[in-house]
Amino acid sequence: MSEATTHRPTYRPGELEAEANAADNRNRWLLSLPALVIIVCAAAGPLLVMVVYSFLTPGDYGNVKWEFSLEGWIGTLVQRDIFDDTLMWADAHLSIFWRSLSLSLITTFLTLIFGVPTAWFIATQPPSRKQFWLFLVTVPFWTNLLVRTIAIQELIRSEGVINLVLLKIGIITEPIQMMFTDFAIGFGMTYVYLPLMVLPVYAAVDKLDFRLVEAAHDLYAGRWTAFRRVILPLIKPGIIAGSILVFVPSLGAYVTPRVLGGGKNLMFGNLIELQFGAGRNWPLGAALSLMLMAAVMVSLIFYVRVTSREQADG
Amino acid sequence: MIQIENATKTFGQGDSAFTALRDVSVDIAANEFFTLLGPSGCGKTTLLRLIAGFEPPTKGAILLSGSDISRLPPNQRPVNTVFQNYALFPHMSVAQNIAFGLEMLGKPKAEIAKTVDEMLRLVRMEELKDRRTSEISGGQQQRVALARALAPHPQVLLLDEPLSALDLKLRKEMQIELKRLQSETGITFVFVTHDQEEALTMSDRVAVMNAGRILQVGSPRDIYERPSERFVANFIGESNFLDAERIGGDVTLAAGGSFAAAVPEGVPEGKVSVLIRPEHIRVRGGQPEAGELSAKVETVVYSGDATTLHLRLATGEVLKARMANAPDSDAAVPAEGQDAAVSIAPGAVTVLRD
Amino acid sequence: MADARKGYSVRTLPGFAIVALFTLVALYAPIAILVVFSFNEGTSLAIWEGFSLRWYRQAIANEAVQDAALRSLFLALSASFVATTAATMAALATTRTRRFPGRTIIYALINQPLMVPEIVTAVALLIVFAWIKVWTGHTSMIYLIVAHTAFCIPFAYLPIRARLETMDMSLEIAARDLYASRWLTFRRVTLPLMWPGIVAGLMLAFVISLDDVVITEFVKSAGQETLPTYMLGQLRRVVTPEVNAISTAILLAGAILVSLFFRLTNRQS
Repeated sequence: MSEATTHRPTYRPGELEAEANAADNRNRWLLSLPALVIIVCAAAGPLLVMVVYSFLTPGDYGNVKWEFSLEGWIGTLVQRDIFDDTLMWADAHLSIFWRSLSLSLITTFLTLIFGVPTAWFIATQPPSRKQFWLFLVTVPFWTNLLVRTIAIQELIRSEGVINLVLLKIGIITEPIQMMFTDFAIGFGMTYVYLPLMVLPVYAAVDKLDFRLVEAAHDLYAGRWTAFRRVILPLIKPGIIAGSILVFVPSLGAYVTPRVLGGGKNLMFGNLIELQFGAGRNWPLGAALSLMLMAAVMVSLIFYVRVTSREQADG
Repeated sequence: MIQIENATKTFGQGDSAFTALRDVSVDIAANEFFTLLGPSGCGKTTLLRLIAGFEPPTKGAILLSGSDISRLPPNQRPVNTVFQNYALFPHMSVAQNIAFGLEMLGKPKAEIAKTVDEMLRLVRMEELKDRRTSEISGGQQQRVALARALAPHPQVLLLDEPLSALDLKLRKEMQIELKRLQSETGITFVFVTHDQEEALTMSDRVAVMNAGRILQVGSPRDIYERPSERFVANFIGESNFLDAERIGGDVTLAAGGSFAAAVPEGVPEGKVSVLIRPEHIRVRGGQPEAGELSAKVETVVYSGDATTLHLRLATGEVLKARMANAPDSDAAVPAEGQDAAVSIAPGAVTVLRD
Repeated sequence: MADARKGYSVRTLPGFAIVALFTLVALYAPIAILVVFSFNEGTSLAIWEGFSLRWYRQAIANEAVQDAALRSLFLALSASFVATTAATMAALATTRTRRFPGRTIIYALINQPLMVPEIVTAVALLIVFAWIKVWTGHTSMIYLIVAHTAFCIPFAYLPIRARLETMDMSLEIAARDLYASRWLTFRRVTLPLMWPGIVAGLMLAFVISLDDVVITEFVKSAGQETLPTYMLGQLRRVVTPEVNAISTAILLAGAILVSLFFRLTNRQS
């Protein structure tokens, strides 16, 4: 049965779809707009302004003069002798870069040593207990970083619990100076960033198909061989993710080195702050910030590359 | 009632483009139980989504009672859907689910309550009306989904494989239930399924689809007995395809024998393919007489209510014959390796368009 | 560890359980010591001289602490509320969709605050806000609120998006089919179903804002100390258990919120 049609609708091919898509796209952009505006105003946008500032001349009392200059960028690596203007390597900066890099690597290594077994332990618990252990690791992750750093500070101070106990037992006669050393920074960062290693490794172990491990054992592999040859390759994406998650914030750490490293043992983040405080060299600070950001971006791109290749392989 | 005019639907673009519907036109009449039947990926669900308004067509238009609804959003179409996974709102009770459409239409409270009660009675769910939808069984969810879609009394009810998640026994019950609901409410049902038996049992008319096209529309009897194409014949029921020569309304099989045959439009004279259903073939042991074909029995398969014989014809073609079993029929079935005489029931030969 | 009845288990690796237990203890020991000494009668952070609430009383009576605590609370509430609202809208826009033009840009921008070290964002904001402050002469809390909102958005976005992605899309299509307009579909179906995700996002954003010290330190104008920046300032002086008392309060607030968050996100899955 077909009713008499008063008018035959004619649409161009794709017309209705184009209308629907256009409306959909518009709605999606409109919905995203508030978040995008806020982030552009108070995160992404200022980074672009900083690029401009890195090419300006420092003002006499902080801030900048609007004159083009490459001094900010040059100053990141070399310094000018005050008297004869000769250029030489900025040893102070280089040693700070080196400290940042080495401490970040050490932190990553230490969190691996402690984090992987912890993640393994949690993931192999019975399901009922697993959630509890996971919760225990997650709570410090979300609790205040400054408070956790203060906890470490109080522990390793000259008058702190560790020194006190060691003195009481008689192992030492003088308190060990742990505060304001590279050790303090590394120790503190390992402590505060450890959950960042445990969580992704846990996720990887949790997904691990233990029949594969059983197959390895069945094929005469011992526990360590099975771990090295079967388990480790399978949980590698989680380990890489955890390493990046620890390495990146370590490289840009500010609070922990400031509290535990004091005024002498600076890291990259503290060097940047210095240029906006006592150093009064905003262009240099801007250039250093961009360098740090570039280093972080390289790590993240490396991470994305590796994980996407892992996924393609798997 | 519903007219689909030259609907084409393409998903994606460029190399990954996939055309789900190709220039489909069909008229669905008022008060009809209309079924879209086809294998998965044939475009039947896409066609349903086009009618419901969940997707716009790439080309073509959709008309309801003669007026164009192609541009109307789903909430402005007097069409409701029973979803394959039911899509019941998990944060609402059974009664709240059924009331939802009526509320959205802004009906008065008293009327909503009355209709909800009516619907609960219709699908026999009165006792469970305050249950959460997660607390009831699959079959019950199915009935709630049905009641929810029927409550606003749409002009058309679309059903997307609503029975596929149910077990066989429940499915049979629901088939009868659906048929009853359709005749009680007088609403046009458009039913999507890949189950040929479901389609034949319930429908007034069936459209067989494949690869984005509608191949044939007709009553279940037409579709089964007079399929126009090999795909349709193959998809529905068991079939034998034989080579033949057609002159007018008569075909001569390559294996011998002349028969009056149904011929669909547009089939040229000369060499054709014909369909003969296995249950339209009689077999007896011994040498053929006039009008019978000679064959050799290759296998005999007993399956309870019937026995299926695979016969090798003189042309080398294999013919399946299905014979109903009766208490004394045992002796009548020739054994494997025996010669047999094959007779074909009058009117059993159908020419295919191919 | 290895249970004799279970026999040989491929899930056991020698030494792993010991390292794990040590790590878990080490994770909590410093915090525990900090909490314990917040109740110390004396001024030492290492020698126990008896239980007392003295430092809590002192902290509560300290006007600078009161002031900073209220400001932290106000800041975290406003920032997390705005961030969650914006993140909810953005999550609705970016989930459950074909690739639409600009989706990658929106993703990248929303996650951008996570990609950049805090110190870099902090000095960038210092530069821009210093300029605006000089330009307009305006130095209210608005700078802190905007800055906190920006870095809270990706945190609020995560659980909301996760929630939306597990939601059955056919529910919203069903609502539309049953004559609900876009808005009514959102209010009656989408919002109630995504609500746990929104609450989780709100709590996460609140905790993140409450904990922030770096960006706050660089953006705040004079007299706009929050609790964390106040404590950072105090560390330069002689440290008394008063800092421990404040820390304990912050830890407690954080732990409660995280527990709630954990329950909320676990129940939904």
